[in-house]
Amino acid sequence: MLTKRIIPCLDVRAGKTTKGVKFQGNVDIGDPVEMARRYYEEGADELVFYDITASSEGRGIMLDVVRRVAREIFIPFSVGGGLNTLEDMRAVLLAGAEKVSVNSGAVANPELIRQGAKAFGNQCVVLGMDVLRVGVTPQTPSGYEIVTHGGRRHTGRDALAWARQAEELGAGEICLNSIDADGTQTGYELTLTRMISTAVAIPVIASGGAGQPEHLAAVLTDGCADAALIASMTHFGGYTVPGIKQFLAARQIPVRLVYA
Amino acid sequence: MIAIVDYRAGNLASVARALEHLGQTGVITSDPDVIAAADRIIFPGVGAAGEAMRNLHGLGLQPVLRQAVADGKPFLGICLGYQILFEDSEEDGGIACLGLLPGRVVRFAESAPDATPRLKVPHMGWNQAAFGRPHPVWHGVPAGSEFYFVHSYYPKAPVKVTACTTEYGVTFASGAATGSLVGFQFHPEKSGPPGLRLLLNFCHWSPE
Repeated sequence: MLTKRIIPCLDVRAGKTTKGVKFQGNVDIGDPVEMARRYYEEGADELVFYDITASSEGRGIMLDVVRRVAREIFIPFSVGGGLNTLEDMRAVLLAGAEKVSVNSGAVANPELIRQGAKAFGNQCVVLGMDVLRVGVTPQTPSGYEIVTHGGRRHTGRDALAWARQAEELGAGEICLNSIDADGTQTGYELTLTRMISTAVAIPVIASGGAGQPEHLAAVLTDGCADAALIASMTHFGGYTVPGIKQFLAARQIPVRLVYA
Repeated sequence: MIAIVDYRAGNLASVARALEHLGQTGVITSDPDVIAAADRIIFPGVGAAGEAMRNLHGLGLQPVLRQAVADGKPFLGICLGYQILFEDSEEDGGIACLGLLPGRVVRFAESAPDATPRLKVPHMGWNQAAFGRPHPVWHGVPAGSEFYFVHSYYPKAPVKVTACTTEYGVTFASGAATGSLVGFQFHPEKSGPPGLRLLLNFCHWSPE
């Protein structure tokens, strides 16, 4: 049986892992390569790195982090943040990432998804969606809108329509981040996750709001998510990946429990 | 030396990095002479079967690969490199493949949106491979180990070549083994300790 993936997410700024609340007030919390190795050894199923520097200088530092991570961990990982062109995507894949996550670059130019899928394969292209609850309007019939720039910029795009369009364009997976829930540690946005995950045939990773193992159990069952992103709760929240997985296994949620 | 066959089918560096981690020497190559001189061959790949077969043809690699298998040289197919060892694939409207393994490659049927649980395609993530018989290549891999998969097509293979099976809506041959040839649908180089164990076993394997 296919297991539900638990995916630690590391926001990287100038070569350091950092964590903020609602994209504000970031603090450095460690070396991303060291943290990646620890998560690999603990049994994380995959890792996500977001480059939140998004300057050309930061990009070089990030590629170096990706190369070092790729030499040390033997599970898949994706890299996102500021990937706006095919060349940006290619550089990250050549440095050793399995997947690239495109977000605002794809909002500005949806063809980026199609081009990336054609050049590197659908399985390589993850659409990152930052979503804000706005209520039902003619423009946002699902009640959710795509936002960019850490939630500061509205796009007018309906979240559900965008997810379906991205699937059509060839995205292999969606990483669905609720801006409302992000950093709150009060639980994932279940209504949003269920709506998107049941509307598309590609896997959906739930993101934003994880604070306790119970939150993962809820989003992987009621929320219909295929995978759950975590950050604070294992970076410094006192939980571990094996502990979370044991909690989920006890709830009959299929997870990978085998470690060397 | 282990030849990692480069036929323009995706990023092969992850296999090379895993070999390096295991203290083995892997060379990414599309040179038939280098492949012919190798002690063993890893045939990875992601992407589409049609383009992969065209690339193999264009690079003139089919004869040297067939010769290696005929000579009993240890040969490991991974993911798309596993699928195109079979006779043919439904992908790209139907395509003849290498025919080094009996069977054909078909697409997963997507389940209805209201099905519970809903099977998504691609089959992406960690799933168990149940090995049905002992073999040097999976010796020491703990029973029930999960491996990392990402694919939309799977082989329908006869039991006699099936090495392991995996459940995803159907029970399919997630690995095959015959003579000096082994192949896996999952990515051992991205499957943590059990995958690395399998790769290391392959590096030391002397087929009888």
